[in-house]
Amino acid sequence: MSTATITPTPTLIDARGPRFGAAITTAILALALVFHSPIAIIFQLVVFATGALFGPQKTLYGLIYRTFVKSHLKSEAPTEDVRPPQFAQRVGLGFALVATIGLAASSSLTFTIATSFALAAAFLNAAFNFCLGCEVYLLIARLRNRSIAQ
Amino acid sequence: MTSFAPLLIVLVLSSAFGIWYQRTRGAIKSAVNKAPEPLLSEAEIGGSYGSRVTLVQFSSAFCTPCRATKMILSQIASESTDISYVEIDAESHLELVRRLHIHSTPTTLILDRNGVEIARAAGAPKKSDVLASLASIH
Repeated sequence: MSTATITPTPTLIDARGPRFGAAITTAILALALVFHSPIAIIFQLVVFATGALFGPQKTLYGLIYRTFVKSHLKSEAPTEDVRPPQFAQRVGLGFALVATIGLAASSSLTFTIATSFALAAAFLNAAFNFCLGCEVYLLIARLRNRSIAQ
Repeated sequence: MTSFAPLLIVLVLSSAFGIWYQRTRGAIKSAVNKAPEPLLSEAEIGGSYGSRVTLVQFSSAFCTPCRATKMILSQIASESTDISYVEIDAESHLELVRRLHIHSTPTTLILDRNGVEIARAAGAPKKSDVLASLASIH
């Protein structure tokens, strides 16, 4: 069976960058969650939007990683496909959008739940190398396909 | 409005999930075959079964460990003549994905010479674990 459809010479990025970004994301979302901070959630929303559109390496966190962290790492950079972390940024963007709308509409519960999910995903990625796309994408594809079939 | 409770709950729950995730992902589980029948036909894998083992990997585009798994499994297959390796794009084979109860990528199926499932692993398996599992298949 052909594998060309799965791996059509993807854009490769330094695999450690997105995980570093997830650590900063965890901190910012923790601040947002504890203090119900509009500044923190909107800041993270902009970062997610940049990552969702252009890839996590193009975000502010990617820039910080390249400028201040990468040069201190001695081992050769392991590379990874840009698409899985970019997918995670899109999911994060969705949650951050809902959280921002919740905050604007004074719905504390909406804000707390949406921010909590985004935080959980970022924390799992930073601490356990969790791959959101691996676990979620196939389920979304299965659900979408079922709704089309009906 | 300052509350640390939601943060604490999220960190505790996701840590518990994370520990479970790391323990289970990549582990090879033996299949329980009540009636040993071929899991996938040769037509479905787009070729013939390996003369001893067929390794079938389900992958998707948004999957980081799929590349590493592909490298490990295709290397194992290239090192012996009786093992074949097949990669299937999960998204374009959703019927197969449903029938075989595949929930995440990468999922690796280890089939014997007749296409009967011997074991499977969700997540990137370790090369040594795959080799140990293959050693018991004749």
